[in-house]
Amino acid sequence: MKTKTIIEQTMKTTFFLCGMLTIVITFGIAVYMVISGIPAIREIGLSDFLFGQVWNPTGAEPQFGILPFILTSVYATLGAIAIGVPIGLATAIFLAKVAPPKVAAAVNTAVELLAGIPSVVYGFVGMIVLVPLVMNVFNLRNGATLFSAILVLSIMILPGIINVSRTALAAVPREYEEASYALGATKVETICKVSVPAAKSGIAAGIVLGIGRAVGETMAVILVAGNVANMPELFGSVRSLTMAIAGEMSYATGFHRNVLFSIGLVLFVFILLINLTLNLILKRGGAKR
Amino acid sequence: MKKKRTVLISLLTAALFLLTACNSGNNVLLSGSTSVERVISSLIEAFNEDHPDIILTFNPTGSGAGITSAQEGTADIGLSSRPLRESETGVDATIFAIDGLALVVHPDNPVTNLTIEQLYGIYSGEITNWSDVGGKDAPITTIGREAGSGSRGAFDDIIGVESPRHDQELTSGGAIITAVATNPYAIGYASLSAVGNSVKILTVDGVPITEETLRDGTYPVARPFIFMTQSGTELSEGAQAFLAFIQSDEATAIIANAGVVQMR
Repeated sequence: MKTKTIIEQTMKTTFFLCGMLTIVITFGIAVYMVISGIPAIREIGLSDFLFGQVWNPTGAEPQFGILPFILTSVYATLGAIAIGVPIGLATAIFLAKVAPPKVAAAVNTAVELLAGIPSVVYGFVGMIVLVPLVMNVFNLRNGATLFSAILVLSIMILPGIINVSRTALAAVPREYEEASYALGATKVETICKVSVPAAKSGIAAGIVLGIGRAVGETMAVILVAGNVANMPELFGSVRSLTMAIAGEMSYATGFHRNVLFSIGLVLFVFILLINLTLNLILKRGGAKR
Repeated sequence: MKKKRTVLISLLTAALFLLTACNSGNNVLLSGSTSVERVISSLIEAFNEDHPDIILTFNPTGSGAGITSAQEGTADIGLSSRPLRESETGVDATIFAIDGLALVVHPDNPVTNLTIEQLYGIYSGEITNWSDVGGKDAPITTIGREAGSGSRGAFDDIIGVESPRHDQELTSGGAIITAVATNPYAIGYASLSAVGNSVKILTVDGVPITEETLRDGTYPVARPFIFMTQSGTELSEGAQAFLAFIQSDEATAIIANAGVVQMR
């Protein structure tokens, strides 16, 4: 009896400590980002930094405007979501509600494999196959464009969206669907009007996961997006926030390096805003019901 | 906060001076160009295998700072990746390696030679079609390195472009080669060691990039790696041994592995 209590207590404490650890790590990173990112922003000026259109860190008169990076990250993510979410959601519906078990198992394996591929491999395949393809199909002189980045990202966010949405759809109580059938609804009607709305919060979580991955992805896009600090065009060479940090960190020194930390801070705020917005949407959706 | 930092910096500087002052011959301080870091680090590593008692420290501070540190004697050995200016005197400088950048295009591109002026035109954005430099009527896709990279700095310096027009900026020579190999309109540059068979190497001003043309200085898109010491100061034994090692047969392969050609 006594040993049992001791085990109970130690395990409880362990769980508690592990829980606290994530808070400490997140908080530590947040504080570090703020401390190392703020000074450079202050020196440049917030609006010059966020809305400046020219990035020329090593010029005679360096300019540190990151609007091109911000817009690229936003556009690339929106594009990836626009392509990836419908495909991912449809796949999840297929897996959870429509597919015969054998087919579902095969698709499942493929999805899991897709999730396990390292991002640099996506980038490399994209560079060798996709970039020349985009160049030839659209008759461009350079296939490393925002469009290529969007295509690669939409494939990369698929597994996350599919897995989370499928789990949410599978967790919809059978009774809901049975009631729908009993009222004479067809299978598609039931899926669209009952299952998907019931799994709404899970699907939204999957989409946020996708947004997070698309915003944060670096290695894959650095190889297919061209990496030039232009204002974004669909068929132009672009550079995102993550690419700006990763691409220049290895050589940057002094103030240039501090500015890269500031970009990291902007990225951090971005992710924070995405999560907050989603929480808000989910809460409102819940309250309405 | 500021006071603390000043104290820290002065302490560090004092420590640095102390290190150089009471140099027993076993501590060697090197300072200079970030571009030579790769080759110097591998040289230090190889050197220490035979001389574990000699402690070599390299501060990648930049060519200018490296030259100053050698002039003032704050470092035993200064390192530069650009030729010394006439005003930069008071040091004994030796070129120990040449870093050549190969200009590469897609194998199907009929162009075989470009002049420095044409390269300037292409990377400054004045020339945008291959037909203007003797090729097919096709657009030119310019590929370069990211800002801050030593190769980018050297290339822009040599062709005289201040802020180049790039269609792609990649972070390694290997990535540039891959991008050029898959784009028939592309032109890019990389260290000779990164270039394989997948791309065509151009001659520049009619000169091909080879060990010989790098050594005799006729290939124009190249920069010297220079070590220098304060004139009239006797070097410590450790520093002498290291400099002798850099110029030895043993070092040839190590320097070549770092992508540059040894000079003696």
